[in-house]
Amino acid sequence: MFELRDLHVHYDMIHAVKGISLRVEQGEVVALIGANGAGKSTSLRTAAGLKKPTSGQVLLRGEDVTAATAQKRVALGLSLVPEGRHVFTGMTVRENLELGAYLRRDSAGIAQDLEGVFAYFPILKSRQRQAAGTLSGGEQQMLAMGRALMSRPEILLLDEPSMGLSPLLVGEIFDIIAKISKAGTTILLVEQNAMKALRLADRAYVMENGRIAATGTGADMLDSEEVKKSYLGGA
Amino acid sequence: MGKHKKRILQLAFFAATYLAVAALIRAGTINDFSFAVIVTICINIILSSSLNMVTGFAGQFSLGHAGFMSIGAYVCALTILRRPTPLGFLLGMLGGALLAALVGLLVGLPTLRLRGDYLAIATLGMAEIIRVVFLNLEITNGAAGLSFIPQLVDWNWLFAATAGTLLLIANFLNSSPGRACIAIQEDEVAAEAVGVNTLRYKVTVFSLGAFFAGIGGALYAAYFYFIKPDLFGFSRSVDILVIVVVGGMGSLSGSVVASVLLMVVSTALQAYPALRMILYSLLLVAVMLFRPQGLMGSKEVADLVFTRFRRAEKTEKQGG
Repeated sequence: MFELRDLHVHYDMIHAVKGISLRVEQGEVVALIGANGAGKSTSLRTAAGLKKPTSGQVLLRGEDVTAATAQKRVALGLSLVPEGRHVFTGMTVRENLELGAYLRRDSAGIAQDLEGVFAYFPILKSRQRQAAGTLSGGEQQMLAMGRALMSRPEILLLDEPSMGLSPLLVGEIFDIIAKISKAGTTILLVEQNAMKALRLADRAYVMENGRIAATGTGADMLDSEEVKKSYLGGA
Repeated sequence: MGKHKKRILQLAFFAATYLAVAALIRAGTINDFSFAVIVTICINIILSSSLNMVTGFAGQFSLGHAGFMSIGAYVCALTILRRPTPLGFLLGMLGGALLAALVGLLVGLPTLRLRGDYLAIATLGMAEIIRVVFLNLEITNGAAGLSFIPQLVDWNWLFAATAGTLLLIANFLNSSPGRACIAIQEDEVAAEAVGVNTLRYKVTVFSLGAFFAGIGGALYAAYFYFIKPDLFGFSRSVDILVIVVVGGMGSLSGSVVASVLLMVVSTALQAYPALRMILYSLLLVAVMLFRPQGLMGSKEVADLVFTRFRRAEKTEKQGG
């Protein structure tokens, strides 16, 4: 369904991603975990087309989209929820969601998906006329996710959805990710909160210094001594 | 429904302005001097509202607006020097605006990949290049400039160009590409993530802004008889930016209000030449201290009027 093949990414002289390969099958939740600066977000941004790779390939449903723009990838069914809750703060919640459907022209489908998003995030419905900048951090994260869903993606890329949220909210966000996955959307998730991510994920990749250091099922990784020691705070 | 009401209010305002000024000109209350002030105000409205579209709404900081203005001015002047007819003026104005838009497109493609202050420097450099080109071309008569340009601008032309510019810009901002531009200003990463082709829309809005700057330049040339490259230097670009900032980035009516207000103040101060620039500058400092978001912030006059109405309606209902 989705694949990165021997991907290298540079920021000027810095070699941030050093040849990673990963696969996400239809319907899976795949987690990409690792320490700060391991290259997780860079990999995800490259997958979404916001950053150009130095070499390697990005494949979506078997099609090589390495040269395709971010817009093209959204149209092909790939949607990114960027790190740090990038919402349009001056626009209302509803306008934000409508912009999520920017490339779509089927107004009936859009209206239907808007109701779907409100079902996942009821709080957004009650705040639809409010400026997005006045929402709390958790609500902004929900809005960013809802906006990504409005493009009706087949694969959703989530960059650190739990960042800066209270433990209670983190639980809520992960419950909703599970629901979105059950509804049939394939998910690639980048997380610092490795424990939560591994519990949810079918499979996981661990990144270290720009490389894939380990891979396996979510359950296996939770049991792995190596992973426990490095990413789950010992125990 | 609210949208219709706003539209009607806008049209009524435009019609009233047109008729009032036309009547005052006929009655002789507006003499040549005050008409020159009105011309300057209208040109400033065209320049500042188009720069506001680029900088305030789409978030692309440009310091080169005077460069595009000069393209419109020169093309129009050269045209009407040969064809001093209304048709010649119309062709010269549109030709100048289109050439300005084309230059905006060519300049925008490489530079709009830059952000913030880098873009400002690039556009500044672009305007200087345009100025130097006009300074050295034979056909533009170099530093001496072009004089004895036929004065073809009357109130009808002026009003049509100004109102037309404002309506077209307002419509653009309400259209899907306009919304995309506002999304880019709000958050470029998010805009890209939802599938907005950011570079394309930045170039579009930049080029469209250049088009209207060209219209403003054409009006200038066809009213003030005389143009030379120095009239369209860095300080002109800054003057336009000052109007945008004082009026409010992201408010078209703010640009209109500031164009009128700053021109009225500047004209009133002409009686005190020694103090003029000091008082004018103090006014700008005061506005920035007390209203850093500009006179109108990012609100439009119509929004304010209707929030008042709505509030009044609500309190009435509650009271009754």
